[in-house]
Amino acid sequence: MSQPSLNDGSHTDAALRTIDVRAGYGSTEILHGISLAVGAGEIVAIVGPNGAGKSTLLKVMGATLAPSAGNVELLSRPLAEYDRRELARTLAIVAQENSVAFQFTVLEVVLMGRAPHLGPWRFETARDLEIARAALAQFDLMSLATRPIHELSGGERKRVFLARALAQEPGVALFDEPTAFLDMKHVTDIFRRFRELCSKRGLAVIATLHDLNAAAMYADRVLLMKDGSAVAIGPPDQVLTAEALRDVYETEVYIGRNPVNGAITVLPASRR
Amino acid sequence: MTSIEKTAVLEADATHRIGAELANFESAHLTRRKAALTLALLGAALVVVGIAATSFGSVHISLIRALSDSSSSDSAILYGVRIPRVLMAIVIGAVLASVGAALQALVRNPLAEGGILGISGGGALGAILALILASRVGAQDVIVPVAGFAAALLSTFAVYRMALVAGRIEPFTLLLVGVIFNAFWGAAIMIINSVVNFYYAHSILFWLMGSLEAPSYREVAIIAATGVVGFVILMSRARDMNLLSLGDEAAAELGVEVDFVRRTIFVATSIMIGAAVSVSGIISFVGLIVPHMLRLAFGSDYRLLLPASIIGGAAFMVAADLAARVIIAPAEVPVGAITALCGGPFFIYLLRRQETRTFS
Repeated sequence: MSQPSLNDGSHTDAALRTIDVRAGYGSTEILHGISLAVGAGEIVAIVGPNGAGKSTLLKVMGATLAPSAGNVELLSRPLAEYDRRELARTLAIVAQENSVAFQFTVLEVVLMGRAPHLGPWRFETARDLEIARAALAQFDLMSLATRPIHELSGGERKRVFLARALAQEPGVALFDEPTAFLDMKHVTDIFRRFRELCSKRGLAVIATLHDLNAAAMYADRVLLMKDGSAVAIGPPDQVLTAEALRDVYETEVYIGRNPVNGAITVLPASRR
Repeated sequence: MTSIEKTAVLEADATHRIGAELANFESAHLTRRKAALTLALLGAALVVVGIAATSFGSVHISLIRALSDSSSSDSAILYGVRIPRVLMAIVIGAVLASVGAALQALVRNPLAEGGILGISGGGALGAILALILASRVGAQDVIVPVAGFAAALLSTFAVYRMALVAGRIEPFTLLLVGVIFNAFWGAAIMIINSVVNFYYAHSILFWLMGSLEAPSYREVAIIAATGVVGFVILMSRARDMNLLSLGDEAAAELGVEVDFVRRTIFVATSIMIGAAVSVSGIISFVGLIVPHMLRLAFGSDYRLLLPASIIGGAAFMVAADLAARVIIAPAEVPVGAITALCGGPFFIYLLRRQETRTFS
């Protein structure tokens, strides 16, 4: 099998593109030049061990952290040219951890996703409510709409924040571990929703994932990272190889195929 | 049942369900109707306590006689004492409560208010220093409030600078710095109290415990004017305050210019509270209790919480001042003592509740 290319030039009209991005905190550089182009309607998973720089890369893509070198382009425009509200109408981000300081209902939190579309004084219109309702329905949250967000479980809360991101009506969505805390049914459901949104609205989804099996099953392409650099980018079956994963995770793995859907499966192969 | 009937039943069922769903939605977020109703309700409460506070006091007066006979002593008391005092309670209460609500959004913590952030303490210290140092200059009724206002702003600026971490306000640091400043100003006032002559002790107590005694219409007008300006600025950031409760990063990702909004809130609130403390001294806990009770009753949306705090704070203050005047009439309890007596236990309750939530 040929080594997948590190230089990803397949999308000239990428929804989001990073060009040789370097970034870090203070004087410590975490990302050492990452180039990635994600097309409209694509799901890209970012995988790698703890501390590989996955979340940092996501922060740079979301304009939360400015790169020290290189560029990020959103819909072929430099990220730095967007003002905050404009950016929030184009790009939605869901962080790994989400907290809410005061008591808000689930519906109120999802409606906050409409904020970049509304002025400071305006009340939500019927259309905003309809969008929020659709987002809640997408993530199986209709029955929880009136509940205070504090009373929800971690998994339910996660879905509320995904629904909030959807209510922003973005073209690109960045999710940091979207399936952490979720049970198997909701993981499957959520990726099915992502896929629907990708094909219907051309949404580009970029998600960091710890779960290599989810990445293999649901992502169009996988970016494998180690120590702030890209090891490989490409379709899951080309990137998630036994050799590559052994090098990156420093552990023996077994690669198989899911007999039902043909997706790659990854299992640790160390002795018990 | 025929299949057509079945479809009709299913459709009716679906319509009914969507209807119920919509009604649910109505209750789960802020609508114009809900905001208007809530404010009307609070307005009615304010009118009731306002009338009660103008009727009762250390001296009994008849409102009917006061209004019909302008030469009566009832009329003199009503227009010269009661009405300015109630108006003062209204503007001070409105300012303290709305500032409390805004500062809570700023630090993402329901325990914040002007006193806890050290702003009022600085103002009181400035006023006390002016009172003593300018005692021979005269025109104290101008110099003392101006000094109080200036000191409150200086104190705010100092707290702000100390709370900057790498050029940004760090909410938790701000809260801690505020608490420390508050204690520091309190200690400074105590030291002054122990070295100056006994004559000043009553005035110092006035600044420490707060009072709405004998205000002039001019003072009321000044506080009201700064209050209105500050309130308009805060209202323009109401939605941003909602988003700030998601945390700085999430708020920024939803289009909020976080640093700018923080500075705006900080400047507006410090001017409002500086003006208030310069005439009424430290009246604590109003900014804590009122927004919290309103949140429990009507939700956390700042588009309603801010105006509701204005009216609710006014009503609370008028009621507290009425209590301060009548409990041991004809003598008076400092109104700050009343609010602190209500507020202390309430503060502990809030703190305990927050901790149970954090650790559960």
